[in-house]
Amino acid sequence: MDILVIQILNSIFYACILFLIAAGLSLIYGVMRIVNLAHGSLYALGAYVTAWAIGTLAAGAPLWVLFLLLPLGAIVVAAAGALIEPTLLRPLYRRPEEYQLLITFALLLILEDVMHFLFGGVPLTAGAVIDSMGTMRIMNLRYPVYNLVVITIGIASAVFLWAVIYRTRFGVILRATSQNMRMASALGLNVKWVYVQAFALGCFMAGLGGAVVVPAQAAVLGMGVEALILAFVVVVIGGLGSLEGALIGALIVSFVRTAGIQFFPEIELAVLYLIAALVLLIKPTGLFGRA
Amino acid sequence: MQDKSARTGPSTRLIVACAIPILILLLAMPRFLDVYQIQLFTYGLIYAIAALGFNLLLGYTGLLSFGHSAYFGLGAYSAAFLVKYFGVGSIEIYILVGLFITGLISAAFGYVCVRHTRIFFGILTLALSQVLWTLAYKFFWVTGGTDGLRVAFANLTLLGGLIDFKGRNAYQSFVQSYYYYVLLLFCVCTILMWVIVHSPFGKALQAIRDNETRAQFLGIPIRRYRWIAFLLSGSFTGLAGILWVPLNGLVTPDILYWPFSGEIVFMTVLGGFRTFTGPIIGAIVFNYLKVYAVASTAYWQFMLGAVLVVLVLALPTGIVGTLSRQFAKFRKRG
Amino acid sequence: MNLLETINLKKYFGDTRAVDNVNLSIAEREFVSLVGPNGAGKTSLVNVISALLPSDSGKILFKGDDITQASVTERVKAGIARSFQIVNLFDDLTAFDNVTLAIFSRQGKTTNLVALAHLDDAVSAEADAVLHNFNLADKRNERARDLSQGERKLLDVALAYALRPKLLFLDEPTSGVSTRDKGQIMDTIASVVRGEGITAVIVEHDMDVVFKYSDRIVVMQQGAILAQGTPDEIRKNEQVAMVLLGTSGPDAFTRKD
Repeated sequence: MDILVIQILNSIFYACILFLIAAGLSLIYGVMRIVNLAHGSLYALGAYVTAWAIGTLAAGAPLWVLFLLLPLGAIVVAAAGALIEPTLLRPLYRRPEEYQLLITFALLLILEDVMHFLFGGVPLTAGAVIDSMGTMRIMNLRYPVYNLVVITIGIASAVFLWAVIYRTRFGVILRATSQNMRMASALGLNVKWVYVQAFALGCFMAGLGGAVVVPAQAAVLGMGVEALILAFVVVVIGGLGSLEGALIGALIVSFVRTAGIQFFPEIELAVLYLIAALVLLIKPTGLFGRA
Repeated sequence: MQDKSARTGPSTRLIVACAIPILILLLAMPRFLDVYQIQLFTYGLIYAIAALGFNLLLGYTGLLSFGHSAYFGLGAYSAAFLVKYFGVGSIEIYILVGLFITGLISAAFGYVCVRHTRIFFGILTLALSQVLWTLAYKFFWVTGGTDGLRVAFANLTLLGGLIDFKGRNAYQSFVQSYYYYVLLLFCVCTILMWVIVHSPFGKALQAIRDNETRAQFLGIPIRRYRWIAFLLSGSFTGLAGILWVPLNGLVTPDILYWPFSGEIVFMTVLGGFRTFTGPIIGAIVFNYLKVYAVASTAYWQFMLGAVLVVLVLALPTGIVGTLSRQFAKFRKRG
Repeated sequence: MNLLETINLKKYFGDTRAVDNVNLSIAEREFVSLVGPNGAGKTSLVNVISALLPSDSGKILFKGDDITQASVTERVKAGIARSFQIVNLFDDLTAFDNVTLAIFSRQGKTTNLVALAHLDDAVSAEADAVLHNFNLADKRNERARDLSQGERKLLDVALAYALRPKLLFLDEPTSGVSTRDKGQIMDTIASVVRGEGITAVIVEHDMDVVFKYSDRIVVMQQGAILAQGTPDEIRKNEQVAMVLLGTSGPDAFTRKD
């Protein structure tokens, strides 16, 4: 019974990470109709930057410093996004979709090697954070406090995103641009600027996902592609462009993955892909996706 | 009364005119090159077959697959399994069995993938290829895991057993004979693919690529044709994998890992995916690029990515596309 | 038996009744014009019958068979073809290749993997004949995107025609074309259609065109059929004049003010 509770908590923890990544992906697609194949690599970059800052740069510093450095990964990735959009993506908006896919794929290749170059092939951790926060008692077992903090961050992010999109002026602008870019432009909105902001925000989410996961899970080469595929399974199930879809999808994928690792460890990835394929067969736009 | 050349297009005459001297050159090449160079060029021809198959989907049907390593790897592993579990040495059997297996899996994967729009299509192809990679990696007692499976040329036979490679100068004779064998299959594949893309089916694929709605309203069954294209595409690339493994001597899960799919995409875009010969030229050029670049840097992926960015932004029609445009401009002036 | 019959056909978009209980019959060889103000549901009706949109309820009978659940390709194979209001061509292919594609599809030859398309003389000859009928013969080897708007509209119709349909829907074939070219384009289309006895339903705004060529006019408003009849009957119908022109009186349609 205790183990079950732990598993559930772990699933929710991982779902929060997936939500952050998938929400960023969905946001970018919703506003700009771009699918960023390098999104997983940006998540990895966030993880590496944070791990490096905490584990290497500020090693041994007090907890509050480490905690302050946690969002560094997200900020760096958001800045990268703000650079990437105008240089690599903007020239291709009028061109057929294949070119966008190709260039984001190229970005994936570049980022993977950049991380290899900057951070080397050894896994980086930020274990200091998780250790310093200790554990707390859940039923008869001990569970890391940090994980619960992450779950809180996840819920807070979902609420925050929802508020931004549906309750702020910026959100109105985002939704207007996503529904009718030309009209928004004709009404005087600076679409270029909206796109940069939307892309940066999406990247921030991915980077944040990486930043918060890295105390619990080391940053390794290849984590980007794995995350990309999982994020896609999430948006397939939940529906591309939908915030609620990213949330529900993340929960489903995370729970299935935990169950899969428990019962079918060899092929847990395959089980997930099978589910995605099934969803695509039955309801191609996903649970909450638009047709 | 229409001029026949206007119907067949000047490119057909040009192709036939160029093909003959090129063929003669290719046939004569082993006389002038050493064993290493011959082997290198053979790899180029093998990649060209893979790219040719891949481009049926991209250039002609408008579907960008990020998972073609799956079919290449399936072909390679099929041959390797035949060696390990059945002691087979005949390459013709590798080809028959390998094509059957690759065809079966492409049909299955294709059925799932072609129901979807471009983005999801790409990700599905990637995901499915990674399922195969995971299987090859994890079921190491079957697949040899990261150690891989060996396919030694010493036991290989060509032409149903007529040619084998035992005895003196075995390696040299293998490389030379294998080159001609691959060249033969390369010519067959090129001609076959050329016919396919110029057939009514090929025209229908291009219609689907250009205007799916109108194609539907002409009575063309979109999904079914995309599926057939997927099946053909996977089979060509699978054949390339089958031919690759005796030359490489070894197959490991790396061949199924996504970066190799990326290389197939890259070589096709390099050559120009909106032309017939683009993938061929791109594959051969890429082959040389890779050998010399890998030798000089550990950050090979970065180079690929950077060149791909340049291609997409500045030279979207690739080598062949850009050259033919320059050639056309030149002819206009002259 | 009528060639086409719709029975209580409905298509709603939320509160908007695009097609509201429409019962339309088309007899063989008729040349019917579908008119009405913007938003009347004309294009929606055509979209539902041609399967671009699924219906919400009701039936569609074609040659007596129930095709309500049939897919686009099934309806095309049964003999329904359409052109598009916003030109829908294969822009990177030549006019000739556009038409041969339609013919290959019609003849079921598009599954041919190992035959060379340009060697099929019969298809090439037929494509040339179609282009000639639509006055596009001299644009044969031009890419569709390089043609003028009027030529593109004609090619759009030619593609549908090349399917040799029993029933041809033309969605505003002269819209976006200069007045001078309109007459020519309609003359070409009408002569081909009438010459072959193809049943045609044409969505059109230009009442001059409508009165000149139609056997029967169907007037729609807010998703429903308001009136239908011969051009003379419609000309005299005050209610129709009110809806279409905003004015009425005995010679509302012929007054030139």
